[in-house]
Amino acid sequence: MNNKYILDLIYLVASVTFVLGLKMLSGPKTARRGNLWAAAGMGIAVVGTIALHEGEVSPIIYILIGLAILIGSVIGWIAAKRVKMTAMPEMVSLFNGMGGACAALISLLEYHHNVGLTLRTGIIMGGMIIGAVSFAGSIVAFLKLNGTMRKSIRVPQYNLLNLLVLIVVAACGIYLSFSNEANGLILYTTFALALLYGFLFVIPIGGDDMPVVISLINSFTGLAAAFGGFLYHNQVMLTGGILVGSAGTLLTVAMCRAMNRPLFNVIFGAFGESAVAGGATKTQGSVKDISITDAAVLMNYSKSVIIVPGYGLAVAQAQHVIHELEQILESRGVQVKYAIHPVAGRMPGHMNVLLAESNVDYGKLAEMEDVNPEFASTDVVLVVGANDVVNPAAKNDPSSPIYGMPILEVENAHHIIINKRSMNAGYAGIDNELFYNPKTNMLFGDAKDALSKLVTELKAM
Amino acid sequence: MNEVLHFLGTHIELIYILVLSIFVGIEVISNVPAVLHTPLMSGANAIHGVVIVGSIIVMLNTEADHVVLLSLGFIAVILGTLNVVGGFVVTDRMLEMFKKKK
Repeated sequence: MNNKYILDLIYLVASVTFVLGLKMLSGPKTARRGNLWAAAGMGIAVVGTIALHEGEVSPIIYILIGLAILIGSVIGWIAAKRVKMTAMPEMVSLFNGMGGACAALISLLEYHHNVGLTLRTGIIMGGMIIGAVSFAGSIVAFLKLNGTMRKSIRVPQYNLLNLLVLIVVAACGIYLSFSNEANGLILYTTFALALLYGFLFVIPIGGDDMPVVISLINSFTGLAAAFGGFLYHNQVMLTGGILVGSAGTLLTVAMCRAMNRPLFNVIFGAFGESAVAGGATKTQGSVKDISITDAAVLMNYSKSVIIVPGYGLAVAQAQHVIHELEQILESRGVQVKYAIHPVAGRMPGHMNVLLAESNVDYGKLAEMEDVNPEFASTDVVLVVGANDVVNPAAKNDPSSPIYGMPILEVENAHHIIINKRSMNAGYAGIDNELFYNPKTNMLFGDAKDALSKLVTELKAM
Repeated sequence: MNEVLHFLGTHIELIYILVLSIFVGIEVISNVPAVLHTPLMSGANAIHGVVIVGSIIVMLNTEADHVVLLSLGFIAVILGTLNVVGGFVVTDRMLEMFKKKK
């Protein structure tokens, strides 16, 4: 009898570690400890749930649970340890999908025990639908980020189609909740349609917006876990789930704010459509190429260089070679800094993680607000694989879809070197007048490739 | 209607937890610097892995001879564990990078 009370206390402790963990994760000094606290809380919650369960349980079930946890731990541990730093976002997305799938499976299993109990079935449906949506959505996000699925596919009228699927899913869920008879066919149809909805939800969204989507789906999974909390009257699932649900939503909003892009547009794709309209006013002018040697000379003999790393640097995994470049320039007496846009890289903060991995000094990373006034007194700005975050249209062109987004004001520098693979427009699909600026020189090529050549050239000088 | 009221009444403490947790969730991360967005997302991702507790409860309540349900439950526990272990380890790796600098 006392077991239940002990378990309740354990759940309380675990819930507190989750709150503390999240709190500590929000500060650079305490973040790592916060993560470990939350992990410890999770550990005791799991052990407590197994050890303090009341009622007859066959030993074979304990063995199966132990085996499943062992398999999951080994795979999860190895996958997390092996993943490259640049591939972190898709890994997070994948793990998130696993949680969603877990929630959906629980609901599938519980359905048959609860037929006829309207509210309980309703909760089960909620968990199943949200879990399935976040599973399918996460997998698509994962495939998009790792490059398997490159194009953003836009089915005609997809907003309407999505809405239709969602309505059918909701209707089926409501029907099953009120029905007094088990209906496997409708159950699995609902499940399949929820998966389809998750797929359709993410498929039209481009790679640059994936972080926002992952963060959003992350909070969905939290919600799915919270439904489980209601189902089992389990406080730790409820607190854990809801904490992530609300913190995740806030984080999503914060990311959108950094990009000055309403969440609504990210999801419903208004972005792509308005970009087409904005495309009519194409910037005219010619683009100047620069050779590796000239670029090396220019940087070698300048006083200050600011590097603007972007998505392209992350994709090309050029974080180590850029650090090498920085060190050589420093050894020649050039002042080097990195200007980090809040949404640079593949996720907010991802660029910092990447550069930290290649041992770039923390003090050299400058945030947007601090570095913007410095561009005017900077000799050379080297933009690597960034586009929209340095597009002056965000400031000067009210008709531009990115108008109002805070940008790095690199156009104020004396010289601008832009490394890009081609003249293709950035994710936003709009032209960048910066490329046609008389102060701008284009250094075409893969970021890693071009930077390595620059390093070789500089070494020879 | 009665059923709804009954449900709310019997679950009132859960509803309290729900409402208060929403506020706590928003409050604790409101001052997070952009640098920590990715690790925070990853850490939060690991925390919703608490759904694993649900999958364990399902397993514990299943009869030992029900192969289909047990298999599904088994998979659910594996998936939940992946979410938890993978999530925490990946977050730790990200944060380890930051620490080296200090």
